[in-house]
Formats: sequence, C-alpha cells, structure tokens
Amino acid sequence: MYKYNDFDEAFVRERVAQFRAQVQRRIDGALTEDEFKPLRLMNGLYLQLHAYMLRVAVPYGTLNPGQMRQLAMLAERFDRGYGHFTTRQNIQYNWPKLQDVPDMLDALADVEMHAIQTSGNTIRNVTSDHFAGAAADEIEDPRPYAELLRQWSTDHPEFQFLPRKFKIAVTGAPNDRAVVRAHDIGLQIVKNDSGETGFKVIIGGGLGRTPMVGKVIRDFLPKADLLPYVEAIVSVYNLLGRRDNKYKARIKITVHENGLDKITRLVEARFVELRPHFQGADVALLERIAAQFAPPPLPEVGLGAFEQAFDSDPVFRAWVDSNVAEHRVPGHAIVTISLKAHGQTPGDATAEQMRVMADLAEAFGHHELRISHEQNVILPHVARADLYAIHARLRAAGLATANAGLISDIIACPGMDYCALATARSIPVAQQIATRFDALKLEHDIGPLKIKISGCINACGHHHVGHIGILGLDRAGVENYQITLGGTGTEDMVVGDRTGPGFAYDQIVPAIERIIATYLDQREAPEETFLDAYRRLGMAPFKAALYPVEKAHAA
Amino acid sequence: MAVVVTDAGFAPDDWAGTVLELAPDADPNEVDLQAPLICVRFPSFADGRGFTIARRLRLAGYAGRLRAKGHVIADQYAMARRAGFDEVEISDDLAARQPQEQWRARADWRAHDYQARVRQGV
Repeated sequence: MYKYNDFDEAFVRERVAQFRAQVQRRIDGALTEDEFKPLRLMNGLYLQLHAYMLRVAVPYGTLNPGQMRQLAMLAERFDRGYGHFTTRQNIQYNWPKLQDVPDMLDALADVEMHAIQTSGNTIRNVTSDHFAGAAADEIEDPRPYAELLRQWSTDHPEFQFLPRKFKIAVTGAPNDRAVVRAHDIGLQIVKNDSGETGFKVIIGGGLGRTPMVGKVIRDFLPKADLLPYVEAIVSVYNLLGRRDNKYKARIKITVHENGLDKITRLVEARFVELRPHFQGADVALLERIAAQFAPPPLPEVGLGAFEQAFDSDPVFRAWVDSNVAEHRVPGHAIVTISLKAHGQTPGDATAEQMRVMADLAEAFGHHELRISHEQNVILPHVARADLYAIHARLRAAGLATANAGLISDIIACPGMDYCALATARSIPVAQQIATRFDALKLEHDIGPLKIKISGCINACGHHHVGHIGILGLDRAGVENYQITLGGTGTEDMVVGDRTGPGFAYDQIVPAIERIIATYLDQREAPEETFLDAYRRLGMAPFKAALYPVEKAHAA
Repeated sequence: MAVVVTDAGFAPDDWAGTVLELAPDADPNEVDLQAPLICVRFPSFADGRGFTIARRLRLAGYAGRLRAKGHVIADQYAMARRAGFDEVEISDDLAARQPQEQWRARADWRAHDYQARVRQGV
C-alpha cells in the first residue's frame, strides 16, 4: 500500500489548516456563502437535506486496518455510530457540524487520509478495480497509476474550477469491474502487439440524465505518456466544455456536441505541446509508487479445514459460493464482505463492524481492505484455509450475508432520506426488494443479478447500468419508479432499456417480482443468467408481464 | 480604483502602457505574444478557463506581464501564480472584504506543489 512521504504529510496538514481558516473566514464574512461553497466542496463538505455531509476519499478503494479503525472513530464521534460507503469508493458521514469538520480532517490526516476533491467541479477521487492486485485476470495492478493520477490531480492549478466534476477510473484487467466506460476518462491497461503494456484511453462516458458509453480516443497510450495525455484531455475540456448549462457541462456532452474527431484532434495537438514538459520525473515517481504496491508474500498453501467445512456447513457453503472469488495464487481467495444485509441500508457499516473488518484484515488479510463501487468491503488476500474462521467472525458481526452479486446486493443512492436533489426514496425500495426475495428463498436460484436504484435522474445509483435499473421520479408530488432492463457496466457496457410507464411506490416491488417470475419461467437453464435471458428474449415477455394488455396497446 | 495583488501584497495599478485584454473565451492560439501586458478576464471565480489560458500562453512562450482580472478570490491566488499569472487585479470592494493578509497567506504558492513533483521531481 502507498505510504505518505514527508511531502504528502505536509500537504494534507497544510490543506487542513487552510480549510480551518476558510471556515473561520466564512464565519467572519470575508467569504460569501457563494465563495465558500466551492471551497468546502473541494474539501468534501456538502450541505444536504438536513445537515452537512462529509465525503472522505478512499483513494482507489484501498484501506489498511488502522485507517478503517479511524473511520470507525469518526463515525462514533461525529456521526451517529455508522458510516456510508459509496459507489465512488468513498465514505460519507451524515451529521457533522461545520466547526467540527477541520478536526475530522486532522483525524483523517493522522492516518494518511483526506477529503480533498471528493466534490466540486474538479478531478475527483480516482477509482479502480476493487480486486486490483489479487484478480487472476489482471495484466498489471492499476493502483500505482491511480496514485500517480491522485498526486497529479491534487490541487492542480488549472483544474480546480472546471465546467463540471470530472471522474477518472483505472482498471488493469480485461473484465471491467471499475465501470471505466461510464467515466469522464476511463483507463484500461492493455498489451499491444509487441507485448508492451499501456492504456486504452476512453473518454466521455457517464450516467446522469444523459447516459453515454465512453468512446475510445487512443487504442494504445504508452505508460510514460499518461500524465501529459490526461492533462491534454482535461485542458481541452476546460476551455471547450459548456458553462451555460450545468446539465450539459460534462465532457460526455462536449464530446457528443463537438464529435470525437474534433476532440481527438484538439487533444492530440495539446498533447504534443505538453509532452516535452514531462521529462521523466513522473516516470521516476511512478516507479517509487509502484514499489510500495508490491504484492504481499502469498505462499501456495493447503486448503486445511476448508473442504470439510464446505461439505458439512450449508450456510458457509452458500457464502463461499456467492462471496468468495478466485485469487491469482492457488490456495488463496478474495472475500467480499456484504454491506447489504437484508433490510439494511446498502453500504452502511457501524463503527463496531468497521473494527471487526479491520481485525480480520490484520489477522488473516495481509493488512488490506478495499471498498468496492458496489458498496461492499473486500478482503483481497486471504488463505482458503482461513475462510471458515473468517466466516464465523463475520457472522457474529452481522456481516456474513451470502448475497454478493445476487438480487439483494443492490446499489442504491441515499435518495430522499438524505439527499437534497432526490425526487424519490431509494433506500426503502432496496430494503423491501431484499427482504421480499429473502422471504421467497429465491435469491440463490435467481443467480447473478444486479439491481441498481437511483432516487433522481442524476443517477448516483447507476440505474442505467443495472441489469434491472430503477429510477425514482416525482410525478405531481407522487413518487413514481421507472424500470430499465438489460443495462450493464462492464467491458460490454450497455445502457438499459425503459420498460414503459413507471410504478407507484407500493407497486414497484410487485413489478420486480413479475420480472423475476418471467425470467425464471423463460430461462433455458439455471445457468442462463437474467442478463443473458434478457438479451435472448428481448423486452416483449417482460413488458407483457409488467403491463395489462389494454395498457400495452395504448403505449 | 482597482487593486493589484502580488506576492508582496496590495498595490495600486502602476501600469501606464498598452494592455491586451482577453475575454474568458479567447483562443490562446490567436494572441499577440509581443504584448507587454496581457489581462485575462475572470467573469466569476467559478469560471476556471483563465487558468488554462494563462498556462497555454506561457507554454507558447509569452514572457510579458500576465494578469488575472476580475472575480478571483484570495483562495485562488496560489492557483493563479502556479498557472503562470504574475498578479491579480481585483475591485476595491473585493479588496475590502478580503484584505491583503488573506492573499499574502498564499504568497507561499511554491510550497506544497504536486505539479513541481510530477514535472520537475522536486
């Protein structure tokens, strides 16, 4: 894991001191609320429906146990005993008082963490594959590049007041677990014909009210060109992006309106100007960073008591089947700790649960934890022989829900329970779907299925790329939920298709049940996933199940 | 009267020569690089185009005096200097609300600069 050097340490301390002064100047009146707003936002502080919210970065989703324990401390001291992990590998605290925030930031700096650029019209926390460094399909660990980008983008003088927020994701594997095609810039590590590694560079993806699949601007970018090329893209966007309408300000619209050809021409010209100014200091820095991400020693070990426990304990077996993934080293595994217990708020963890996860990472997981964009916590490096003991401790903490990748592993935005922008509730819908299918005991039979719920068209719940997407809107003061089918956020990203008219709050769960019943009835075999079945069958049978005949004709 | 902010603090505008004033949507490729003073207008502190314009003028070889003019706040002083501006011109009202100590607090703009690390390795 990356360890702060003196420069990083001094930087975050200085930044906290600056913010402490800014809070004071806001109180004194030297800063107007309009002027203070972007300053607090670039330090992660939002004003929400009921109170402030502090969004803390977990850079590229990587945490150590000491950091997790500090997050637990913050949850107890400044929130109500829990924290909320988000789809951007951040954690949010919901009830901080303005005057306490500088102290929270100091406590974060104590463990080499910060809330810098987790908000505002700037380059946000760089996200990555939560299985990085552990996955069997990986070409190279993407996190050193994400850290290099973090340092380059932090306080970048040109890019603190962009037309709109700017999100970068990096993956090192062909199977995209980081949704790179839905980012302003997506970077995928690839090998070219000569066997060199570099990046496929994708721009202009995004969800929100105008979902777009990112477009490839460079098939192969040499590694040493990364910073000047990314800087060229953001620099072109800073001048060309629209500032007259915030809903048309993201780079996806800039690319759409100007065309990929023109953007490519401008970016490549800018790159030629910038390239000579990166003389190798960035490459040397990258090498120093990469050395800190050296994989932990993972000897090939035996399975110990694993097989016997797997054969004799059905609860353990179900959890292994859904929550344990292949590791690149035989005898090891990647564990997904579900923060989606049926009926709970997706992504929430109590301080006590955070400490249990920290303890497990220390005892069994080479001191590493990850936050996934699916709002779960990952132990990336554990021996299979230890899985049974890990499972027992997770179970005691209410963390052993066997549902990773299944129907109740739902992404949901905070919705109207917290968010000032929301037009409908999303957390209660997620809770009801999870509870309902748990009661039906159908979850494992249904198999892999991603439901994603957003409480407004800004799409923080990624509904466009849910196999089943749910979008909560406000129709004349009444919540109304639209459904999309067939979306996916992986390397073959597709935006889901709308089924038709939306459903009332008390009708949305029954509607999901009808979709699932149709799938179970029409799938060719249990191995045919929902997404595959939808691709084969199309919308028609689902539409027929969702809407009475006369309505279908009227549409 | 306007106030000109430099690392030394506030001063009245001492410039008597010609001024080339650029709108925030100016194309940096079409600017006369012989102009002795170029002013880049900031219509709002939230509009960051001027920072890229300054950087591009410097990369193109502009060696004259470069000024950010308009709604720039003290918290942006370090960004302006790092992007290539020499100074910032603000209104008397803004100068009264954000006195020079608040600007001088960021006269240390060379410190804590990640760009210097990734570009020059310092």
